Amino acid sequence: MPSPTRPAPRSPMAAPRSFLWSRAVFLTLLTGFVLLPVYVMVSSSLKPLADVSGKFQWIPSGLTLTPYRDIWKTVPLADYFVNSLVVAGAATICSVMIAVFAAYAVSRYTFRGKRVFTVTVLSTQMFPGILFLLPLFLIYVNIGNATGIALFGSRGGLILTYMTFSLPFSIWMLIGYFDSVPRDLDEAAKVDGCGPLGALFRVIVPAAVPGIVAVAVYAFMTAWGEVLFASVMTNDTTRTLAVGLQGYAGQNDVYWNQVMAASLVVSVPVVAGFLLLQRYLVTGLTAGAVK
Amino acid sequence: MTTTAIEKTGGRTVPQRDPGAEHGPRRPGRLRALGLPYLLLLPALVLEILVHLVPMLIGIVMSFKELTQFFIRDWGTAPWAGLDNYAVSVDFDAPVGEALLKSFLTTCLFTLLSVGLCWLIGTAAAVFMQETFRGRGLLRTLFLVPYALPVYAAVITWAFMFQRDNGLINHVLHDQLGLTDSPPFWLIGENSFITLLVVSVWKGWPFAFLIMMAGLQNIPREIYEAAALDGAGVWQQIRRITLPSLRPVNQVLVLVLFLWTFNDFNTPFVLFGRAAPESADLISLHIYQSSFQTWNFGTGSAMSVLLLLFLLVVTGLYLTLTSRGRKSADA
Repeated sequence: MPSPTRPAPRSPMAAPRSFLWSRAVFLTLLTGFVLLPVYVMVSSSLKPLADVSGKFQWIPSGLTLTPYRDIWKTVPLADYFVNSLVVAGAATICSVMIAVFAAYAVSRYTFRGKRVFTVTVLSTQMFPGILFLLPLFLIYVNIGNATGIALFGSRGGLILTYMTFSLPFSIWMLIGYFDSVPRDLDEAAKVDGCGPLGALFRVIVPAAVPGIVAVAVYAFMTAWGEVLFASVMTNDTTRTLAVGLQGYAGQNDVYWNQVMAASLVVSVPVVAGFLLLQRYLVTGLTAGAVK
Repeated sequence: MTTTAIEKTGGRTVPQRDPGAEHGPRRPGRLRALGLPYLLLLPALVLEILVHLVPMLIGIVMSFKELTQFFIRDWGTAPWAGLDNYAVSVDFDAPVGEALLKSFLTTCLFTLLSVGLCWLIGTAAAVFMQETFRGRGLLRTLFLVPYALPVYAAVITWAFMFQRDNGLINHVLHDQLGLTDSPPFWLIGENSFITLLVVSVWKGWPFAFLIMMAGLQNIPREIYEAAALDGAGVWQQIRRITLPSLRPVNQVLVLVLFLWTFNDFNTPFVLFGRAAPESADLISLHIYQSSFQTWNFGTGSAMSVLLLLFLLVVTGLYLTLTSRGRKSADA
């Protein structure tokens, strides 16, 4: 029995049965759709090869951890892992640093060309990657030919490319975060004798740490998941996970249990990072669109 | 009243954050400060110019050159080709142009369906999850998993599920439900289009969901309360308040979804490998494949430039049309 002091229902939408039923059915189906590949990935990664080569089985006939041992031997997964880690890590650090400076300028100063800058930078995000692929390929090959600087096939070339992929969005997101840091704080720091850079690093950056971490995770995810440029711009020694994962297809057989185990292993770092920081990431990703 | 307000701010001028009231710091280094924003932007600018602007311009130049495999290593020596590359690309009676047109039309249909479904599922999920209920937080986290997973890991799992002999899809459709006479192929032939669509929607809808969730938070509660007082039911509130309020969010969301889907390379590349079946031959993969198969970068560049022009025109038209519609709706 509702007591008289009971607070007003939180929801003004006193939901009728039809709404509750549709919601339950829809969300259940959607959850199934979303989780199906995750279930397949996890369960198949624990099956012996015979199980994944024959008819699909919902329940594994036996569980084994051998795929997790074999993935490192079938292809040089550890090397790919290191390559991905170095490339994505370096690209993240560089692009976040560059984005911090650019976002500080846009957030705290008025200058000619500010709007042009933000709009142009953001619109490059929307251009098809294929548009840059052929020219960059050509530029890297020709720079290598002319000067001996090996950009093509090197980690450096890939880092340079990946830095720009996350840069526009990172700048955009950071502008939002910096705008939310009260201006009084850096003005006060300047009165106390901090230069512009002092104000940035002693006041704004510490206050915007969650935003910066979110941007870093976004940049890392972008580089970690990139396929197009990795498929063209890497060679056997610099291959990243994005391309290396396709190496489990043998002459006749695909070691599907190993493919699934490897997919899971390479997903864990980014998915964990994303889910842990989802609150910050989601605010940053959506802020611009909603504004 | 006025006195208290002044005392509160301690007589110090509070920096205004309204547009138009922004000034550089009033300090002796004013002149230096004028150059400072540009200095701060310099690294970003240099990088953008080096990796985006210059390649784009070179790409345009390349499209006017006869840039075949003999000239890749020293592209300056490639002879000019005038508009030949463009002529080949749009000659729809010849094999190259015909294949390009086919791939373009496939991409259009694919984009239309994928964006529509992503939008529909994302919006429905966001509307259903607007109100708190038990397990809502957990569901929201789960729904972000497709967005967070690296593309290749997720798509390769789908490729496994769509295998003809040992995949989950055929196991369910053929063995368990008995819907087909024989297990169909999903990764070659006509069915590949469906496969591509399913994977693309699975991957893409959480973004629509995210943006819609954020958009819903901006709708003031009072409107719903007022509507409820006036006797509007939940379904009516959704139709009359929620969906119309999401219009501005929709403008950006649909555009971003369109561009991402139209340019999608990863999904077909991981799903089908270098050469996608004709029914799932998206334009990015098509240009990639025809460029690296023939090593004719001139024609490949011409195709890329045409793609860019198409996207610019569509984006421009879209923004003009939707902005006008929005203005007249406001008036």
